[in-house]
Amino acid sequence: MAAPYAKLPGWVDYGLIPLVNLTVAFLVAGLVVLLVGENPLRAAQLLVQGAFGSGDGIGYTLFYATNFIFAGLCVAVAFHCGLFNIGGEGQAYVGGLGVAIVCLAFDSIFPWWINLPLATIMAAIAGALWALIPAWLQATRGSHIVITTIMFNFIAASFMVYLLVGPLKPVSSMAPETRTFAEGAQLPRLDWMLEMFGLTIRSSPLNITFLLALLVSFGVWLLIWRTRLGYEIRTMGFSPTAAKYAGVNQTRIIIVAMLVSGGLAGMMALNPVMGDQTRLQMNFVAGAGFVGIAVALMGRSHPVGIIPAAILFGMLYQGGAELSFEMPTISRDMIVIIQGLVILFAGALEHMFRPTIARLFHMAGGGALRPAAEPGE
Amino acid sequence: MGTFETLILILDSTVRLAIPLMFAALAGLYSERAGIFDIGLEGKMLAAAFAGAAAAAVYGSAWIGLFFAIIISVALALVHGFASITHRGNQIVSGVAINFIAAGTTIILGQAWFRQGGRTPALSAEGSRFTAIELPFAEAVADVPLLGPIYSELISGHSILVYLAFAAVPFTWWVLFRTRFGLRLRAVGENPGAVDTAGISVTWLRYRAVICCGILCGFAGAYLAVAQNAGFVKDMTAGKGFIALAALIFAKWKPVNVLLACLLFGFLDAVAIRFAGINFFGLFEVPPQFMQSLPYILTVVLLAGFIGKAIPPKAGGQPYVKER
Repeated sequence: MAAPYAKLPGWVDYGLIPLVNLTVAFLVAGLVVLLVGENPLRAAQLLVQGAFGSGDGIGYTLFYATNFIFAGLCVAVAFHCGLFNIGGEGQAYVGGLGVAIVCLAFDSIFPWWINLPLATIMAAIAGALWALIPAWLQATRGSHIVITTIMFNFIAASFMVYLLVGPLKPVSSMAPETRTFAEGAQLPRLDWMLEMFGLTIRSSPLNITFLLALLVSFGVWLLIWRTRLGYEIRTMGFSPTAAKYAGVNQTRIIIVAMLVSGGLAGMMALNPVMGDQTRLQMNFVAGAGFVGIAVALMGRSHPVGIIPAAILFGMLYQGGAELSFEMPTISRDMIVIIQGLVILFAGALEHMFRPTIARLFHMAGGGALRPAAEPGE
Repeated sequence: MGTFETLILILDSTVRLAIPLMFAALAGLYSERAGIFDIGLEGKMLAAAFAGAAAAAVYGSAWIGLFFAIIISVALALVHGFASITHRGNQIVSGVAINFIAAGTTIILGQAWFRQGGRTPALSAEGSRFTAIELPFAEAVADVPLLGPIYSELISGHSILVYLAFAAVPFTWWVLFRTRFGLRLRAVGENPGAVDTAGISVTWLRYRAVICCGILCGFAGAYLAVAQNAGFVKDMTAGKGFIALAALIFAKWKPVNVLLACLLFGFLDAVAIRFAGINFFGLFEVPPQFMQSLPYILTVVLLAGFIGKAIPPKAGGQPYVKER
């Protein structure tokens, strides 16, 4: 099948095929549930109920989704440039350092609405800096960015452990974390927003970072599709040689795209560090950076796709926690499997069902859309 | 304890820590030399460790454990092959997917089957674990100065898998550089078009390479759970698959270099475990976290081309599209 894939209408390409891939991923996940001796349908029901059944559930779902929006945008921006940034995890972790520096310095001086922009900038700078070396090596020395960003995840983990058991830890404390931030570095909750919809909130960590995430999503859309820089990034990702021929400075574009990507990952740290725990803890990212890969693949690297994909994963995260109360054999690690399956079917095997769907589509009378070559030869 | 004894102890744990890296890095060598990037070494190793420990616990035999470890690891390798060879998917994405699937499934199935918080039952029964082998005369020569401890502590007293790992290095070299299969495998990683022109199936060749990778990852996982430890604990690979990947790059995709790189990384790990913080001439202290991240830092420095140049197989990462 060396033939180029048949041309299909947009709704099939961006709607139907991702939906089929996603369905298959969830069916396989259902098999795993069956394998541990539980009923997949009931599990799914409990999961949705846990995520959306109560005001607190929704609050938690959107809280997790906030992390995943940032992580998804991080991966997506790099994807547009033809780069695979697996380092979101490490960049977010180091981003937390940026947040903590601002919070520890100014939490009893400024109110939150001054500290939030400061922390956002510092988080983005810290995340971007952590992406700088892999980006620079990719752009100038051709070192594979996938490998270098993986390495930087591990280096970040060691680096942060070093800081959290050493310089950042209060002398009197045993736990590897910073002191709790004062009120000036605690972000306001969004309970009022959920209560507007008639929901009752007891404890939900959903905070103003969620709105920031939506704003940043819009910003990323503007950047990628409405600016000259975004155009250059997309050209570079589509065809590096075309970009070069058009006079795009490749080194500059790779580095800038990765700095934006790392900055977005860094901003993710605002949500758990400043919005929820109000201190910097060990492993606070907890795999959210990797979820970003699944989110970006599912959302087709477009903010409009990334936000629902992030909410879906937020739902899995929150619902999964509730589910494990009812079905102790199914812990939250089920999400890791689903995440893997989504990456497999929506990413690596994204073209598996395409020839079949194309054939079905043509049999159903799409004769006007002849493919460039017959599929299946 | 004298300096010499300490050194022997460190070298001994170097060997133990290097073995899973060697198996996994050699696994990656087969795959990547054939043009299939594999960042799923970690996942395959983890799944193999779980399958090996589970089977060894249930059947009471380390060898059955090893068998199941290899079966599961090869199955995951075939998923990677299916996605990246047959469907020409992105190899990195596929590898990432396999890592997550393995990480989640081992915990869920472990909890469902054994109900010990994701652990498998401890392998205490006779024969359910690969135990240390005393080489001949190890006891007798232990008192000979210098050479005695080296022989009895360092060389003798490992499990069969350790000796297999060391044997796998020259074997891999022989396969890759002295057999027809090896020549073709390397060719398909450099120029699949030429291999195709010669009338050899690129697809089948790459599948065989991926299967070799699965088998060796199976050994790596079995070593972790059935030899080095007595059972599986969740996330027990803890990034070893990625260190192996780093070692493979550090070794510039050459078998003998793989051995040296793995021993170096194992040594760094052993030193980091032994000394909480190393003091250099009383001037400054090197934190253990730095020692732990040194393999990654070294790999980045190498990739940057500052100590030699690591050139990956030319066709690595690109799906082969047969021309019409």
